[in-house]
Amino acid sequence: MVGTKELIKNLSVKHGIERKSLLPILQDIVEKENFLSNDSMIEVARILDISAAEVYGTASFFSFLDTEARGKYKIRVCKSITCDMKGKNETIKCIENILKIKVGETSKGGRFSLLETNCLGWCHKGPVMLVNDEVYTELTPEKIRETLSEYIREEK
Amino acid sequence: MSKNTITLIIDGTKVTVEEGTSILDAAKKVDIEIPTLCHHEDLCVAGNCRVCVVEEKGKNNLTASCAAPATEGMDILTSSPKVRRARKDIMALLVSEHNTQCTTCYRNTNCELQTLASDYNVDNDIYLSVLKNNTTIDKSSWSIEKDDSKCIRCQRCVRTCAEIQHVNALAVTHKGHEMKISTFMDFPMNEIVCTNCGQCIIHCPTAALTERRYYDDIWEAIDDPTKHVVVNTAPSVRVALGEMFDYEPGKIVTGKMVTALKKMGFDSVLDTDFSADLTIIEEANELLVRLKKAFVDKEEVALPMITSCSPGWVKFIEHMYPEHLGHLSTCKSPQQMFGSMVKTYYAEKKGIDPKDIVCVAGMPCAAKKYEANRPEMRDSGFQDIDAGLTTRELGHMIKQAGIKFQELPEENFDKIMGESSGAAVVFGATGGVMEAALRTAYAVITGRPVPFDNLNITPVRGMESIKEITIKFEDCVPEYSFLEGIEAKFGIAHGLTNARAIMDQIVEGKSPYVFIEIMACPGGCIGGGGQPIPTTDEIRKKRIEAIYAEDMGKPIRMSHENPEIKEIYESFLKVPLGEKSHHLLHTKYRKRKRY
Repeated sequence: MVGTKELIKNLSVKHGIERKSLLPILQDIVEKENFLSNDSMIEVARILDISAAEVYGTASFFSFLDTEARGKYKIRVCKSITCDMKGKNETIKCIENILKIKVGETSKGGRFSLLETNCLGWCHKGPVMLVNDEVYTELTPEKIRETLSEYIREEK
Repeated sequence: MSKNTITLIIDGTKVTVEEGTSILDAAKKVDIEIPTLCHHEDLCVAGNCRVCVVEEKGKNNLTASCAAPATEGMDILTSSPKVRRARKDIMALLVSEHNTQCTTCYRNTNCELQTLASDYNVDNDIYLSVLKNNTTIDKSSWSIEKDDSKCIRCQRCVRTCAEIQHVNALAVTHKGHEMKISTFMDFPMNEIVCTNCGQCIIHCPTAALTERRYYDDIWEAIDDPTKHVVVNTAPSVRVALGEMFDYEPGKIVTGKMVTALKKMGFDSVLDTDFSADLTIIEEANELLVRLKKAFVDKEEVALPMITSCSPGWVKFIEHMYPEHLGHLSTCKSPQQMFGSMVKTYYAEKKGIDPKDIVCVAGMPCAAKKYEANRPEMRDSGFQDIDAGLTTRELGHMIKQAGIKFQELPEENFDKIMGESSGAAVVFGATGGVMEAALRTAYAVITGRPVPFDNLNITPVRGMESIKEITIKFEDCVPEYSFLEGIEAKFGIAHGLTNARAIMDQIVEGKSPYVFIEIMACPGGCIGGGGQPIPTTDEIRKKRIEAIYAEDMGKPIRMSHENPEIKEIYESFLKVPLGEKSHHLLHTKYRKRKRY
C-alpha cells in the first residue's frame, strides 16, 4: 500500500488533481499495478477530493480499467456486432479450450485472463482479439492456437 | 430588467421569459404541463429520460424541453401527434425494463412512472419486457432499501447525493444495458459512506429507493398484550402527516394524529418534543461549560460546538471529518433521549418492567432508523428505541387501521413525557434548534428573555443555505459574568453540502462561530427523507410556516419552563450534565471510512 500511495502521489503531480485528471491517473495505475485495487481507488478519491463511488463509476465504464487482479497476459476478445457475426463465439470457445478458463477467469499461476471488450476498431478484419497491447486479426482456431502457444512457450 | 427577455410561442400562446429559461419552465408560466421524470426542481438538469420532448415547428427532431433553453421566436408544440406518439413510446421503453409489480409496490399510487404510464395508457404490447430477472433487493441498511428492478436510471438519486448532500455515495456505474446506479465496488448500502439521510428516497420517482419498513413489527407488538407500546412523534410529523390524507401542505394535524395513534392501539402516545426540550437543557448547559472552560479556565476545548440532533449529519461528520468529532455536542438526539428516558424514568414512574416496553418513534427521517440501531444507543440496558417509523409509514399504518383521518376528533398527548414547549416544536425547521437553544441559553446567562419580539428569533429562520446571528451578552448574571459584553456568532446550515462549507472553515481554523446548528436535510427535519412525497421548496416553506404557527400557539415557549422538564430534573436526573444525564443522555462518536 505504501508503494501505491507513493505512485498515486506521483501521478497526481504528473496529471494534476482536477476532475479531468482522473482518467489518466487510473490508466497509469493499471499499467503499473495491473489493476485498480479498492485501496488505490480510495486513495485516488481522497487525493482528487471526489467520492470513491465516482472513481468506481468511471473505472467500471471502461473495459480496460480492470477492478480485479488479472493475469500477466490479458486476452480481450471483441464482442461488438461485427466480430460477433464473424465468429466471436467460436473464438472464445477455442481460447477457453486451450487455456482451460472461462470468460472473466484467470488461469492458475496468473498467466492469462480471458475477457470480452467493446469494439476495437478492426471490424473489417474480425474476429479480433488483443493480448495486452498486441492485436490479432482474422482469427481462426489455427491462428489462435499458434498465437497462444507462443505466449505459453515464452512463459516456460 | 437586468436580463434580456425572450418571446416565444407555446401551443399558440405568446410567452415572454428571461433569457436562459427552459422551454419546460416557459410552458409552466402559461399553465401548460409537460410531463417529466428525470427532472426535479431541486436538482440540475439531466435531460436523460426524454419524456418531456416537445416539437419545434420547422425542426425534424424533437427537443427535451427541460434541457433546451427558450429562444426568440420559437414556435413550440407540446402536444402534437408526433410528440404524443414519441412520449408514449419512451414511456413504453421505460416500462419494458421496469418491474411492473405495482400492486405489491410500496410506492403504488405515489409513483411518477405509474402516473405517466396511466395517463398515456401505455400498454404491454409495444415492447417485450427486458427486465433483468436476477436483481436482488439490497436490504442491508437499517434505513434504505435499494431495488434496482424498479430503477429507471433517471439519476435523480445520484444528483441528490452529489448536489444536495455532497456525499456521492451513489454513482452511475458500468455502461450500456449494464449501466446501473450503484455504490463503490457495488458494496451493500450498509458498508458505504451513505449517511442514511433518505434524500434519495424522496427524490426517487419510483420505488427503486425506499425506506426499510418496520410497521409489521410494530403491529405485532401492539397486538401482544404483554407489551406496553409507547410511541413518540417528532415536531415535523404533525405538520406533514396531513399530506398523506389529502390535506394541503402546511396543515397542522397534531390532535388528529394523537387520536389516530391511540385508536391504533398504542398504549401511550407521547411527544418527542418533550425530549427536544430535554436536549436543549443539556445542550445549552454543555455549551456554557465549554465556553467557561475556554474563557475562564483557559483550557483547550473544541469550539465551535455543533448540534448532534440529526443522525444523517452525525454519520456524515464521522465519515468525512473523523478528526473533528470533538466539535459535536455529546448530547443524544431527542429521539434517543426519549428512548433512554422511557426505559428508565417512565418505566419507573409507571411501574412497568422496561423489558416489556416497546418504544416506537414517528420521525420525518430515514436516518433515525439507523440511529436507533447504533450499538451506542443501549444505555437504558435495552435498545432505547425499538423502531423508527417515517411519516409515510405512520400514514400507511393509519390507513391500514381503517381510520378516517379527516373525520377524527383532536386529542392531547398522554402524560409523563407528553408536555412540550414551543421551543421544542421549532426543532423541526432549519434554525429551530438554534432558536430553542438561544431562548434558553440567553435566559440562563442574563436572567432575561432573548431580546426579540415574542421570542421569535427571525434571523435564524428561512431557507437561506447558511444563516448566522450575532448576539451580545450584557448585564449577565454573576455566574456568567465572563461572557459580559461578548458578541457571539452563531451559524446554521441545512443540507450536507452547506455543512461541508461550515466544516471546511473549522478545518482551516477560520470558523467565526461559537455554536453551529447543522441539519442533514434541506429545510431541516420538515424536509427530511421520511416525509411525504413529493417534497419541494414550496412544500418545505409551508411546513415551516406551520411549525412556527404551532410554536406561537404554545403557552410555554422556552424549554426550561416546561413543567415536565422541571419535574424530571427534580425527581430523576437531578442536574443537567449530572451523572445520570451523562450516562443516559450523552453519547460517543466513531471514526468511519470515507467510501
